[in-house]
Amino acid sequence: MNGLAVGAIYGLTALGFVLIYKATEVVNFAQGDLLMLGAFIAWTLVVPLGLPYVLALVLTIAAMAAVGAGLDRFVMRPIIGQPHFAGIMLTIGLAFSIRGIASLVWGPQERGLPTPFAQQPRNVGGVLVQESMLAIAAGTALLCAVLYLFFRHTRLGVAMQAASQNQLAAYLMAIPVKSVFTLTWAIAAAVSGIAGVLIAPLLAVELNLWIIVLKGFAAAVLGGFGSIPGAILGGLLIGVAEQLVGVYEPSAKGITAYVVLLVVLFAFPRGLLGEPQGKRV
Amino acid sequence: MSLLRVENLSLWFGGVRAVDGVSFAVEKGEVFTIIGPNGAGKTTVINMISRLLAPRGGAIEFDGRDLLSVPAHGVIGRGIARTFQNLELFEHATVMQNLLLGRHAHRTTGLVSELLFLPRVRAAEREHRERVETVIDFLDLHRHRDSMVAGLPYGVRKIVELGRALAAAPRLLLLDEPAAGLNPEETEDLAFWIEDMVADLGITILMVEHDLALVNEVSDRVLVMNQGQAIAHGAPAEVQRDPKVIEAYLGA
Ligand SMILES: Nc1ncnc2c1ncn2[C@@H]1O[C@H](COP(=O)(O)OP(=O)(O)OP(=O)(O)O)[C@@H](O)[C@H]1O
Ligand SMILES: [Mg+2]
Repeated sequence: MNGLAVGAIYGLTALGFVLIYKATEVVNFAQGDLLMLGAFIAWTLVVPLGLPYVLALVLTIAAMAAVGAGLDRFVMRPIIGQPHFAGIMLTIGLAFSIRGIASLVWGPQERGLPTPFAQQPRNVGGVLVQESMLAIAAGTALLCAVLYLFFRHTRLGVAMQAASQNQLAAYLMAIPVKSVFTLTWAIAAAVSGIAGVLIAPLLAVELNLWIIVLKGFAAAVLGGFGSIPGAILGGLLIGVAEQLVGVYEPSAKGITAYVVLLVVLFAFPRGLLGEPQGKRV
Repeated sequence: MSLLRVENLSLWFGGVRAVDGVSFAVEKGEVFTIIGPNGAGKTTVINMISRLLAPRGGAIEFDGRDLLSVPAHGVIGRGIARTFQNLELFEHATVMQNLLLGRHAHRTTGLVSELLFLPRVRAAEREHRERVETVIDFLDLHRHRDSMVAGLPYGVRKIVELGRALAAAPRLLLLDEPAAGLNPEETEDLAFWIEDMVADLGITILMVEHDLALVNEVSDRVLVMNQGQAIAHGAPAEVQRDPKVIEAYLGA
């Protein structure tokens, strides 16, 4: 269960990658730093400001959505139309900037974000699991369900998907493609913020949380880089594999994600749920 | 007054004069077809009318108003919809969703207010769906309504793209090689639809097409282009007897 909970966090980070990549073809390497920023914001709201956990979660989501929208509007939009590597360099720069600002504001200490979930195990269908792990899994599942309904059944969601599938056609259908990009960044940043809050019982709030980006990236590639269910599946797979390896060979835990990635890509070169490429000439 | 007036239009790509001083006018209610050998500049003309490419010189007027001041995303709102030579569909969406996206420009309710499910939004949604249903009826797309576009045969996808353009209820429809890749029965259907769109839906059509049988069957007037220039212009049969046209095709 612990592995699933960690995997869910990887999956959410992967989800952020996939959302932005599908819409804008930019690989956002600041995804991990956004997660860290979300965790620090939540910590600030809960510990120094003393707000209740749920309210802090809602405010963190709102704040991160605003950060995401702002990043797109003021940082990413000016480079629309530039080659891909420009976007990638920019997000790497963004990652360092966010880390720098967080280090100025919050410093290098580790902080604990108290959650209302107990650490005691609970009996769920005959299996003992910690309530906090359950909360992570339930939170992730709920978020996925909301995103699914949004993209499938609202016109805004369908328009966003349309823009990510065919930008030219979306533009000609008068879908506001630039606003769709901004909204996508807002959602991806909000998802990272949620991941940053959910991660609290597993890891301390600190600058190094950004490193999760590496696992999230592996999870996204594993899932097929472009598939939303694939991202979550990839994250869960890496989380569980790490957990198992950790039990038998703790020293190898760190490289598990990449070994899993290599093995899966060997069997499925497009990732688990990747779409076939090269449909057009 | 002509519905569409194109005057002395040109666009060069580097040294290639893709379109070089082309003028023509499309009258309300006609099927106007541009033919010409590969690379003649036909698609480039369509791309300039849909504002995807800015001309190097010349003017385009639609319904008496300057079209060159309209951005590409504003063209559909003016009443001009198009299809593409190589299909530009939303491949991982259903046929129904593609058609509904064709109506996007007619949405007056904001995207965000729709998330709140206001009654006004629901009424508008119903109306858009009814419009799309008439397009599905018209093009006989019932069987494919909920299919993912990516899995459909090429001929059906072409019809879906036509349907998406029709869903926008355009006054002028730009069709770039609508028959390319269609089998004989599908081409036959297309000819009927073109005639019905003009007669029953009151749509004017500007088409680029290589299938001369289809061109002769449906076109009122034909413009022949070669190497960026308009070389002949008139009724279909008349144009095809023109020695300049025969030479252009043989020389191509
Ligand atoms: N984006 C572009 N960049 C450079 N050259 C271009 C571009 N688009 C078209 N051309 C050139 O302009 C000329 C006209 O091309 P266009 O696509 O308009 O021809 P067409 O008449 O539609 O041909 P076809 O029947 O093959 O579709 C060709 O020489 C083509 O190579
Ligand atoms: Mg062409």
